[in-house]
Amino acid sequence: MTPEELHDLCTQEQEAAEQYPHHLYVCSSDPKSILAKDLRQEIKKRDKEKTICVHEVGFMGLGAEEPIVRVEPQQVYYQRVGAEDIDALFDSLDSGKSIERLACETLPELLKHQRLVVLDKNDRINPNRIEDYIACGGYQALMRALTEQSPAQVLEEITQSGLRGRGGAGFPTGLKWNLVAKAQGEKKYVVCNADEGDPGAFMDRMILECNPHRVLEGMLLAGYAVGASQGYIYIRAEYPLAIKRLRLAIKQAQRLGLLGHRIGEVGFDFNIELRLGAGAFVCGEETALLGSIAGRRGTPRPRPPYPAERGLWNAPTLINNVETFANIAPIMKHGSAWFANIGTEKSKGTKVFALAGRVTYTGLVEVPMGVPLRDIIFKLGGGIPNHCEFKAVQTGGPSGGCIPAEHLDISVDYDSLAQVGSIMGSGGMIIMDETSCMVDVAKFFMAFCCEESCGKCIPCRVGTSQMYHILQRITNGQGTLYDLELLEELCDVMQNTSLCGLGQTAPNPLLSTLRFFRHEYLAHILDKQCPAKVCKIHKVMEAVS
Amino acid sequence: MSAKTDVMEASEQKADPRWRSVEKTMRQHGYHANGLIETLHAVQEAYGCLDEEALRRIAAELRVALSHVYGVATFYNYFTMAPPGRHTCVVCMGTACYIKGAGEIMERISKEFNVAPEETSDDGNLSLLSARCIGCCGQAPALVVDGEIWGGLSADEVIERLRRVLNDA
Amino acid sequence: MNATSVRIVTLKIDDRELSAREDRTILEVARENQLDIPTLCHLDGLSSSGACRLCLVEITGIRRLLPACVTTVGEGMEVYTNTPRIQHYRKLILELLFSERNHVCSVCVSNGQCELQELARKLGVDHVHYPYLMPELPVDASNPRFVVDHNRCILCGRCTRACDEIEGAHTWDMRGRGIETRVITDFSDPWGASSTCTGCGKCVHVCPTGALSEKGRSVAEMVKHKHFMPYLTLMRKEQS
Repeated sequence: MTPEELHDLCTQEQEAAEQYPHHLYVCSSDPKSILAKDLRQEIKKRDKEKTICVHEVGFMGLGAEEPIVRVEPQQVYYQRVGAEDIDALFDSLDSGKSIERLACETLPELLKHQRLVVLDKNDRINPNRIEDYIACGGYQALMRALTEQSPAQVLEEITQSGLRGRGGAGFPTGLKWNLVAKAQGEKKYVVCNADEGDPGAFMDRMILECNPHRVLEGMLLAGYAVGASQGYIYIRAEYPLAIKRLRLAIKQAQRLGLLGHRIGEVGFDFNIELRLGAGAFVCGEETALLGSIAGRRGTPRPRPPYPAERGLWNAPTLINNVETFANIAPIMKHGSAWFANIGTEKSKGTKVFALAGRVTYTGLVEVPMGVPLRDIIFKLGGGIPNHCEFKAVQTGGPSGGCIPAEHLDISVDYDSLAQVGSIMGSGGMIIMDETSCMVDVAKFFMAFCCEESCGKCIPCRVGTSQMYHILQRITNGQGTLYDLELLEELCDVMQNTSLCGLGQTAPNPLLSTLRFFRHEYLAHILDKQCPAKVCKIHKVMEAVS
Repeated sequence: MSAKTDVMEASEQKADPRWRSVEKTMRQHGYHANGLIETLHAVQEAYGCLDEEALRRIAAELRVALSHVYGVATFYNYFTMAPPGRHTCVVCMGTACYIKGAGEIMERISKEFNVAPEETSDDGNLSLLSARCIGCCGQAPALVVDGEIWGGLSADEVIERLRRVLNDA
Repeated sequence: MNATSVRIVTLKIDDRELSAREDRTILEVARENQLDIPTLCHLDGLSSSGACRLCLVEITGIRRLLPACVTTVGEGMEVYTNTPRIQHYRKLILELLFSERNHVCSVCVSNGQCELQELARKLGVDHVHYPYLMPELPVDASNPRFVVDHNRCILCGRCTRACDEIEGAHTWDMRGRGIETRVITDFSDPWGASSTCTGCGKCVHVCPTGALSEKGRSVAEMVKHKHFMPYLTLMRKEQS
């Protein structure tokens, strides 16, 4: 496919859409929802096939009120639309009057506070149709790069944008790309890390399910920039829908000549293959991930050498996560200056967060870096339901920490979160209220790390197990003050001597709860009480006295 | 008739239609050792679990050591060597589900249907498993019952629905 | 041509000025100069895995501690191998190992010949202040000549590497992960039933503890010979 052909396909799709006076965008993440099918049947029955067009999209932004229908061009949102509402919906299209009882006021309000870059246009793209992505300008950034820009110019653009890796640590993306581009090697690889392992994070799943092509385009641009011709997406086997849609997307892109041989009819070859993970959190670590792609046990190896020099089959390898790749096409399309204008001095662009736990609106939100944590939880998340009190928010998964109410006003960026003992992580936010016991939460994460430790290095293998047992003692009411000392000592050993990131950061949830919620530990140890009444403390002591 | 005899002449494993999909996966990866994990996925999908005979054959076909295959098969959580029950119930133990009571749901199911977590009931009717996070945190607490996602149910509701599923069979 | 492609660098290890080829590891250079850095997973002649974390050293300008067995030397590098900080961590790591499984020396075939025991003595580990986890683990004596006692195993991976890299049999590997990791032969079959084991005994002699031993040895009788490993590696390279 040439740039002209892509352009033609884009206009063709847009013109075809303009033929319809009415558009209904239907969003339901329930795969069994038949609302769109019902609507199409009704259109046929009413003989309106030429005037109303139904689009199934993967993302609207308010999971709790689905199925949601957006009527265009009126920009009206309806929530919880069922089969019984279909008649009313068509009548309202005829009359031009909106249906009050179905009106969804929350969603436009929530969208007002957001800035969509990664999720942009996902509310009008059917993930199963590459044409929808192309109609929204998809793959144009790639075509322009291939025909008008050198790989060095693409590298420069990404470096200038200030984009940092969205997988957790926030390493500057441009720097990483430059390392791979400069590395010596005939063959190079681009790997997309879609092994979204943090419990409580589902941004990457949603991005892949709603618009897989944006990630493919980002990988293609990366391949062009660093000089790679083969890409791999390492995706969790636990995400069947995302896998299905990615497989379809790759086929479609190959059919249109956007993947494969001589893309854009210039001398650029690039192919993408899927590799399924098999349930190992440690495979989010770069070197473990590469081992797993090569069919081995996912045990990390010491770095350096970094994958940028010696990665997959010892060739220079670029590894970025899903959201990082999803940012590439928009940056190339709108320019690095546009991107660098969003966010803060050191954290550019937007970040997608997955809100879950004790919060009114669970789901994805995308905001510029630097917004106050409080706004994300209370404006976009709608606060805590059932008149409960906010207690903590957990960010960064098993490598992150629990942030208490007194720090709710920090700005959400890489550095501020690190200052309060947490990390940005991949973007999961679990909100907790007074019904959660923070010692129990720390124990939960330690059990997780203990189970997910690969067992290769001693500090992580034995340290996580020791800490889990100590936490179990404390939550059973059998802990002592000395146990707290032991915990702190073990945290220190693990942080400083573990082989990989899993072991080095596994103490974070424990340390942050020890820092902000020490009184809860003391209540378990000294008073033999669980303030949140979560832990079942055996009252042996009381019976004796 | 002649087609039938042909099949019968082939070795027993080859005649097994389940083996064919495994062979297809190995072929796609050029019978190279780095296709091992993909091949294990194919075995689990075709056989319902990592069948020992199939694994021993894979080791031979991909030319990797038996201990290597066993090591990989037991490193990853997603793989299981025990045949699953007629129904499977996976309780999500992700953070969001955990703080919304997944632990209690697990306990209740275990007690109610007399099956230990990560095991199959004696009558082979139900396998009770846990997952790290199925990425459905918005619907916490979430379960996957026979491939279908159940979200936002109380422990009582889960037990009741699960009972109906188990009795249907 | 080969000689020109490798540079010689100068560096300091524990304040001693040294020079070395740039492709050597800190551990190699230190040992050549009679500076001892403790290790349990590294063995000359086998690939390095960086797993035991006992060879961690401090390098000026780098915040993280790095394993000497896989970190190559660099021009102007200042390495410290035995600071109080490192000693502290080494002791704790050893204590963690002792707390993991049953390492009661007095009833072990390797008593007095054990690298773990020797290291604990050198580093002055006089007690273990973590609770003992000590899971119940089997002893497999099904092999006619050798025994594997999982209680003594520290999962250093020397046996798996010797079997794979030197003998070429890959009989040994590890199963499971985390605290549940175990060394296995073949399909986790009893060692005696292994169809791939050549019975060469290399695994036994590279094992740093009493986990692998020859049959018929009583307490403190198992003497191990490791020096053939670099020799074998060298001879195989010469042949190929």
